[in-house]
Amino acid sequence: MMAEYSAFSLLANALKGNRDWKPAWRKPDPKASYDVIIIGGGGHGLATAYYLAKEHGITNVAVLEKGWLGSGNVGRNTTAVRSNYLLPANTRFYEHSMKLWENLSHELNYNVMFSQRGCLNLAHTPAQFDDYARRGNAMRHLGVDAELMTPAQIKRLIPALDISDSARFPVVGGLMQRRAGTARHDAVAWGYARGADRRGVDIIENCEVTGFLRDGDRITGVSTSRGDIRAKKVAVAVAGSTGRVMQLAGIDTMPIESHVLQAFVTESLKPFIDTVVTFGMGHFYMSQSDKGGLIYGGDIDGYNSYAQRGNLPVVDEVMSEMLALFPGLARVRMLRSWGGVCDMSMDGSPIITAGPLPGMYLNCGWCYGGFKATPASGWCFAWTIAKDQPHDLNAPFTLDRFHRGLVIDDKGQGANPRLH
Amino acid sequence: MLITCPYCGPRDVIEFTYQGDGNRERPDPASQNFEAWNAYVYDRLNPAGDHNEIWQHSGGCRAHLKVVRNTLTHEISSVVFTRGDHGRGDHGSAARGKAEDKS
Amino acid sequence: MSPRRTDTGGRIDRLKTIRFTFDGAPYTGHAGDTLASALLAKGVTLYGRSFKYHRPRGLLTAGVEEPNALVTVLKGEVREPNIPATMVEIHDGLVAISQNRFPSLAWDINAVNQLGGKVLSAGFYYKTFMGPVFGPLKGTRFWMFCEHFIRRAAGLGSAGSAKDPARYERMNAFCDVLVVGSGPAGLMAAKAAADQGARVMLADLEPRFGGSANWSDETIDGAPAADWARRIVAQLEGRDNVRLLPRTTVWGYYDNNTLAALERVSDHKEQPGKGEPRHRYWAIRAKSVVLATGAFERPLVFPGNDRPGVMLAHAAERYANEFGVLPGERIALFTNNDSAYRAAVALKKAGAAVVAIADVRPELSPEMRKLAAEAEAEIFAGHAVVATEGGKALSGLKLQRFDMTNGALIGDARSIHADCLLMSGGWSPTIHLASQAGAKAEWNAARQAFLPPKPTQQWIGAGAFTGSFSTTEAIAEGRAAGLAAAGGQSTPAVLPVVEAVPGDPDPAPVFEIRAKGKSFVDFQHDVTAEDVRLAHREGFVSVEHLKRYTTLGMATDQGKSSNVPGLAIMAEALGKPIPEVGTTRFRPPFAPVSIGSLAAERFGDLKPERLTPMHDWHLANGATMYSAGLWYRPMIYGHAGETVEQAYVREAKATRESAGIVDVSTLGKIAVQGPDAAAFLDRVYTNMFSTLAVGKARYGLMLREDGLAFDDGTTWRLGEQDFLMTTTTANAGKVMQHLEYFLDVIWPELKVHVTSVTDEWAGAAIGGPKARQILAACVTGTAVDNATLPFMGIVRGEIAGVPVMICRLSFSGEMAFEVYSGAGHGTHVWEALVEAGKPFGLVTYGLEALGTMRIEKGHVTGAEIDGRTTARDLHLDWMLSKKKPFIGSAMMDREGLIASDRLELVGLISLDNKPLNGGAHIVEEVDEANPHGSIGHITACCYSPALGKHIALALVKGGKARQGTRAHVSDPLRNRFGPIEIVSNHFFDPDGSRMHG
Repeated sequence: MMAEYSAFSLLANALKGNRDWKPAWRKPDPKASYDVIIIGGGGHGLATAYYLAKEHGITNVAVLEKGWLGSGNVGRNTTAVRSNYLLPANTRFYEHSMKLWENLSHELNYNVMFSQRGCLNLAHTPAQFDDYARRGNAMRHLGVDAELMTPAQIKRLIPALDISDSARFPVVGGLMQRRAGTARHDAVAWGYARGADRRGVDIIENCEVTGFLRDGDRITGVSTSRGDIRAKKVAVAVAGSTGRVMQLAGIDTMPIESHVLQAFVTESLKPFIDTVVTFGMGHFYMSQSDKGGLIYGGDIDGYNSYAQRGNLPVVDEVMSEMLALFPGLARVRMLRSWGGVCDMSMDGSPIITAGPLPGMYLNCGWCYGGFKATPASGWCFAWTIAKDQPHDLNAPFTLDRFHRGLVIDDKGQGANPRLH
Repeated sequence: MLITCPYCGPRDVIEFTYQGDGNRERPDPASQNFEAWNAYVYDRLNPAGDHNEIWQHSGGCRAHLKVVRNTLTHEISSVVFTRGDHGRGDHGSAARGKAEDKS
Repeated sequence: MSPRRTDTGGRIDRLKTIRFTFDGAPYTGHAGDTLASALLAKGVTLYGRSFKYHRPRGLLTAGVEEPNALVTVLKGEVREPNIPATMVEIHDGLVAISQNRFPSLAWDINAVNQLGGKVLSAGFYYKTFMGPVFGPLKGTRFWMFCEHFIRRAAGLGSAGSAKDPARYERMNAFCDVLVVGSGPAGLMAAKAAADQGARVMLADLEPRFGGSANWSDETIDGAPAADWARRIVAQLEGRDNVRLLPRTTVWGYYDNNTLAALERVSDHKEQPGKGEPRHRYWAIRAKSVVLATGAFERPLVFPGNDRPGVMLAHAAERYANEFGVLPGERIALFTNNDSAYRAAVALKKAGAAVVAIADVRPELSPEMRKLAAEAEAEIFAGHAVVATEGGKALSGLKLQRFDMTNGALIGDARSIHADCLLMSGGWSPTIHLASQAGAKAEWNAARQAFLPPKPTQQWIGAGAFTGSFSTTEAIAEGRAAGLAAAGGQSTPAVLPVVEAVPGDPDPAPVFEIRAKGKSFVDFQHDVTAEDVRLAHREGFVSVEHLKRYTTLGMATDQGKSSNVPGLAIMAEALGKPIPEVGTTRFRPPFAPVSIGSLAAERFGDLKPERLTPMHDWHLANGATMYSAGLWYRPMIYGHAGETVEQAYVREAKATRESAGIVDVSTLGKIAVQGPDAAAFLDRVYTNMFSTLAVGKARYGLMLREDGLAFDDGTTWRLGEQDFLMTTTTANAGKVMQHLEYFLDVIWPELKVHVTSVTDEWAGAAIGGPKARQILAACVTGTAVDNATLPFMGIVRGEIAGVPVMICRLSFSGEMAFEVYSGAGHGTHVWEALVEAGKPFGLVTYGLEALGTMRIEKGHVTGAEIDGRTTARDLHLDWMLSKKKPFIGSAMMDREGLIASDRLELVGLISLDNKPLNGGAHIVEEVDEANPHGSIGHITACCYSPALGKHIALALVKGGKARQGTRAHVSDPLRNRFGPIEIVSNHFFDPDGSRMHG
């Protein structure tokens, strides 16, 4: 067993010149077969492996990652964690995630820096304020914290925010979830990887799945760039690559479109804003990292893309919305931008299910909300894989809900992924 | 990203509205084939590579365009009016020549 | 002994003195100085503090890649943090301050972090701060407690909240050839392309064109390189087909050869010129791009390489030759390649003593020995610097014999007294834009550098960018690139002749000297070589893991100088060649970009404002306006001393008692015309429109393809083939696109034309028992009696001489009419109606009263048609025609859409006579302490003057079956709980006798 991380071990190792630290996870070669193969070494895949081992005692598990671990959206998001949804299925699921987040650093013995600094949704018209009240009350009726804030309270919380009446969209109030916050995104992937590895899971990087092994309809393993690997169960957790991987299994269409979402960070600044804040008349959201960079983003570019690169119209829109809220930031500079490929579902909610083929399990449709879902997604997916049936929490997130008209459409936009 | 509208010429993507997957076949309005309806409304090819898609030149001539665009590189290999022979077709082919002159 | 200004030389104007302050102290410099060169000339060695250890830092570079010397520029209250002093051109009145230090730059309390030493190694924070698992600090509390202090210690400069008064602007530009970089390669490219007649843009991030020509000792065509460059620039300046963009950083390479650039138009001026923006954001669509972006020199990694006074060799050359500043009096050099010898000669010529050249290579070429002799420098071949000395300025260094085949240090160290140490670890081509354009860089073992990939978009490289480091090559490649980019034929030509300083472009493959002490790889983020090795030990070996775990290359300089040394150290630890460790893909921006420039004209003007034709009248007549999407609409016309509720109750009551008038110009209006218009509407609406008689209107409902409710409104048949459709205000654009989509994509065979005419018509709705009398009093050209204008009838007439179209329809539930006139006549007609209404007690009413009357009537709007409800949920199933298919008809009966526990529209009456709140939930049993069991929520609520009660519309699970039962509102957010009765949504005049009159 590897050394525990603690202030003491940090000091002890420092005294030895930091020479005794061991790899956070092993780099094993793939075995010929496993009980469970998880395709996708992102946050969700790694969390699934961890909970399979921890909650269900299933440790003969491999996580296959085509590139480097955590190279997808777990390392490309804006790090917000919240459970402030409107519809009960979403709220319950994300609240379960929140509860796992609240103990995650301890559980993983890895500081994922989950900081409950709050998430504030700004309302700009009385009608929007009522909408937020509906959502906040929905949360409260499921035992989730939520409160309304007045402009004066908001100004005290975020002094740099323009709440003047002369603003194009004056702030009339806001919905605050104080238990929401941010986490260090990479640490979540690394913490789960280390936790899973310590429980015996093989994490195999640079191993691309190139096909599925089948016995009739049943999936019995995968072909990879490092050879064939058999498994009793094959779980797919590949987010933006869902369409591509499912096509390898002969499933040509999915209720998913892959879209690029850009994110941005400014140069490092002294503390400027404590909470996550969202703009109600656009798509802007922002928080500040512990390092000091303002991390922010907006809407997806709005067309199918696997390119992990966006274009200028969204850049310009996001910056314009940013300055509408924070006119003092005009001289602050954008340092980095990047793009992530989001698996946009047809109702904006995820899919966590057994199937659609025998021996296969599917986790996808995270839109741009996948990071905060990581713990609950892994937890529910592990349950579903282990027990061959969904947990109550993910029972609504079926693949057939679209055809059956049982959509979970928090934004009410219908089958138009561009708008979720 | 630039889309060459056959009517207006090359224009920035900001002038266009994405109207999604152009592979989808809408069943006959009276069709009772619910699987076909479901597939039309919800299921997508979502390919990594060339993608048939519909864009509207909403900030320009407002025509809908059938575009073949590579989702890995964003390269556009073809743009035509969705209307085909209905109405705008002739107009379009003349305009295509014009657009090439300009570019 | 310290840095100083030379008596002659450089491209500054010694006759022009400029006054500025740094950290409150007054300084002077000269025109042409940067803040860095001006301060260096005054002997300043300390410029900033590093991020983690708060180590004192000096200037590492002279350009955009500067990691250490970051300052905040103040313009009154407005702050511009994190600007490299090397990029700030001084002007009179410039105020700059240092950052990330307390209480002062010289004495920084957080320098205590250095004592943390190895405990604060890479990623240490992942391993601690978790806190206890029980007690008051369990969960996230302990971390958040620690984080509070970490956040305050972290960060560089501070942002302000004062609004920047500066203006920013955006330019869209098109050109045949965009040349990025104006060194010899870029200048030749621009000239060659311009000579072909191409439209050329030439951008350089520096204020002076010329690039390396500005600081090189070489001659071109017999003249100093800088003079040659000036001559070429002068030629370009005179041409109509060339646009020169100095101070312009091309920072982004996007799809279809769209490039983004930032021009710093007036930062270097005390006051911007009249009409001048601060920054200009260029979106450039270039047919072809020449990338002549040069290369960045790399530091060497050795203990103490971050001490103030340790600088890149070419930076010193720049300070001496371009700015007339000596960075020291006794200068030592440490190099793994030939380029540093140029610097030695330049500094010697400028007046410094070059005391030693330590070169890791055991064998040096005769040319280099000659240059060293010219610099009067002692050569230490096969030597390395193993330590530096000094506090806030360098005082000396230690040399030791070095075996570059195995990295071993041999023998005793010897001390050398020096106040400045120049280092050169080879050069990395500036391939950022090429990488952004979408391809992967390739490692070149000879150059020890990543060279640009094969182009995936239309660009051509030239000069140092391609790894061709000599000026002669740059000139030849530049010309060829310019010609090719402009589509010209490559013709033989006499190229400018360079009298070059000799040198082998290939460095020795030495990146690090391993000796005792902290050796920095990433200067700003304090990432040391040991940190890289720790990452290796812990398995963070892929280049992205290395970056993310150690924060290498994530600082404001984006790893411009640290990426390759970091990779090299990791490669050595892995025992693999560098390319197998990988390279990161560069992403925009190349250098940080002001957010103001990206917002440009939208800074302070985010979205357009939509105003109805009667807007000014509303304001002049006491309306309080309400923002609805982009529109502004009257909320109430309040009287003095009235509350909002008093005002809307008065307005609604008066309307029901006599008459009221409301501005409905914001409703979406779409002309649907053509032979197939009626057939089209039959497909679009759930109900029939082909049966509608000319001169009549009908209420219609649209579904989405998935069978859920989409929008509603009335559509008027003005002629056989001519319909005027109205939509809700919020959905006007969406409905228009919906119609266009179906006509263009699905049913192109239909002969229908749709036109948005929202802005063409002004609309006024006048309703109430006396509405008809008021109309009769002012309408000419038509009767308005029941026979001429029955319910849902349409007539044309005139009001006050203006043609109008009147439809008798009702949203308020009263006898009501919508009067449409041309938008330009809107106020005229409105005033005439108001005047005619005076004898009848007509009131103007706003959205609040409108909402109140619609709630009383139980009509639905966007709060109920919220994208999740069906026609059945809203009791509109009577509108679902069974005679024809329509959009959504095939999908509307799926199991989930007809389930019994769906949210259905109901009315609510407050039983405790207290107001209800929008967004409150409904429960069967109240539990104030632990709210649960929501069965629905309020969508809209008001005090109903007609009923004398507080009422609401709500969506409630299985609502229809609950009518007549009691429940409770549960609004824990606002602490409002109370009993309600669930009733039909039709509160008032359910049989419609009032509007049918």
